[in-house]
Amino acid sequence: MTDQITTDPSKAVERMRAGSMTLTLAPWIIAAILLAILPYVFQNNSSITIMNQMWITVIFALAYNMLLGQGGMLSFGHAVYAGVGGFACMHIMNASDFFAVLPLPVLPIFGGLFGMGLAIIVGSFSTRSAGTVFAMISLGVGELIAACSVIIVAFFGGEEGVSGDRTYAQPFFGTEFLQQIEVYYLISGWVLISAALMYLWSRTPIGRMSNAVRDNPERAEFLGYSARWVRFYSFVASGFFAGIAGGLFAINYEILTEENLNTTSSGVILLVTFLGGVGFFFGPIIGAIAFTLLQTVLSLQTELWAFYAGTLFVATVMFFPGGLAGLLMMHVPVFRLGKAKLLVIPYIKTLIPAFIGILGMSALIEMTFHVRHAATGDNEMTLFWTTFNSHAIVPWVIAIGVTAVALGITRATAPALREAWSTANTAGGSQ
Amino acid sequence: MSTPALELSGLRKSFGRTEIIRGIDLSIGKSERHAIIGPNGAGKSTLFNLITARFAPTAGTVKLHGEDLSGLQPFQINRKGLSRSFQITNIFPAMTVFENVRCALLWSQGYKYSFWNLVNRKRDLTEGAEAVLEQINLSARRNLPAGTLSYAEQRALEIGITIAGGANVIMLDEPTAGMSHSETDYITDLILKVTEGKTLIMVEHDMGVVFGLADRISVLVYGEIIATGKPADVRADPKVQEAYLGAALEAEH
Repeated sequence: MTDQITTDPSKAVERMRAGSMTLTLAPWIIAAILLAILPYVFQNNSSITIMNQMWITVIFALAYNMLLGQGGMLSFGHAVYAGVGGFACMHIMNASDFFAVLPLPVLPIFGGLFGMGLAIIVGSFSTRSAGTVFAMISLGVGELIAACSVIIVAFFGGEEGVSGDRTYAQPFFGTEFLQQIEVYYLISGWVLISAALMYLWSRTPIGRMSNAVRDNPERAEFLGYSARWVRFYSFVASGFFAGIAGGLFAINYEILTEENLNTTSSGVILLVTFLGGVGFFFGPIIGAIAFTLLQTVLSLQTELWAFYAGTLFVATVMFFPGGLAGLLMMHVPVFRLGKAKLLVIPYIKTLIPAFIGILGMSALIEMTFHVRHAATGDNEMTLFWTTFNSHAIVPWVIAIGVTAVALGITRATAPALREAWSTANTAGGSQ
Repeated sequence: MSTPALELSGLRKSFGRTEIIRGIDLSIGKSERHAIIGPNGAGKSTLFNLITARFAPTAGTVKLHGEDLSGLQPFQINRKGLSRSFQITNIFPAMTVFENVRCALLWSQGYKYSFWNLVNRKRDLTEGAEAVLEQINLSARRNLPAGTLSYAEQRALEIGITIAGGANVIMLDEPTAGMSHSETDYITDLILKVTEGKTLIMVEHDMGVVFGLADRISVLVYGEIIATGKPADVRADPKVQEAYLGAALEAEH
């Protein structure tokens, strides 16, 4: 068994697994190029808006994973650090004298500092222990600060929030950030810097000990490290990067409201991070991209997008606790054994019917929703480019039939896939 | 006379109304290999936990090189040069073997809570960890997750983590528990090798290991030390034979 898992330090992926990856620049260069050319691939304004939102979420999710994945701290109120950073940036935008001499790209640093300041205060008592106590305190503090938004109106702006205008900043090499694309490159720059810094953080003594404290706080204490201080420093760093994300949010949307602080936002970032996978550094990046796409693209198609996102989250927790990143990385040993070919046919045989089955189920859900919620007399609905009468029997028979058959095939082919999987993961000749 | 490496005086511990440790006075000299033996439930592990501040004593003091340890946290005691292993293997199972050892080096090499050093770039850390791996014969397992090692290898790794920081007082809690004969011999040799010139305090059940390793032995029965002395003296002590050792020695032959 064991000799299959020997790692080869010359392969980047394995070094990452082994936690001793020496700095390779390749992924960062690829990321930089992608960030630079994406606006040329997706040129319309809405795509750029989606990408802006995506990269902000990437920073926030990576910051969140400094706690959840790397430090083993489950926070239910992390939106407040991003939110407070964002509000602080809004106020700087509105402090016209100061803002007029400040180049806009520098602004997120102030968001970071405010997020960090709040994290220092809260972390001083919340990081005493991990686990349930930490989670409960984070929830309580999150609720508390969200409630403050209607109490401390001077800072949080009450119900209407605080808005500002980014274009009053000192022009940055002639750029006034009037256009969405200019903001896109500002955010892209920050996402690269923040991700790189967070990655480097995980390679420092404090970053390594953060992992150690997550795995075994007691042993870490007997190595000379106070688990509490290790948690505290991680928490403060996470607050800083969350604040940067908040500052970018302020620049991008030019308005912050209570919504940026509340438990829903905190829940979303937990969901994003977990969906992407907490076990790998790049997990939250995948999660942020996938979730933002769900949120923006799927929400145009259906009102029930949150239902599907929730279902996906539950499925992830139950069946793929490693998240999307874990799912991808599961295949690394298969590729290393050179047996990926064995999986292609079983995957097609199982996943295509499974996909159709899921579409069928979602069709049934959408039809039920339409029957229950559409205005009386409005019997026409359009689903998968087909318009039909949701009150007629035929569409229901078809939907149920397709779903049942597809799921049946999935079920029938699943054992073969499982077998192919275990063969592909076994070294030596095929069985 | 030089200060003892570890000195316990009047140490007591009660859990509720039950007194587990009932007044222990013990002095362990520098570079001494001291074994604590006793029947199950005698309070050996509790004694270990009292010394390392995992539990707070009800009464009494623990002195490390003459310095009172009361009120200190485990990590502070560790920084003063006392390191311990655990009865149940206590490593970082998800990290690699190398990473486990490197984490054990960070504080003693002065890296503390720094976030401006990159651990991979530090030759002293890499070489230090490699040297420890060499000592515990786990160089070949370097990049495996520690949790996938065999039981004996995990115990060896734990000893490696315990000694890596360069502590001069090493406490091992049943290092050979649950091992086969050959594994026990292997670990015994390893302990002899890595604790050269250091003070060693160990709890152990295997009498072969105890008599092979220890300079002095203390016998703990119901929270009290009934005898302390050289192995031969302890073996001959009628009280010890009555309480414990007789049965164990008979079982061995």
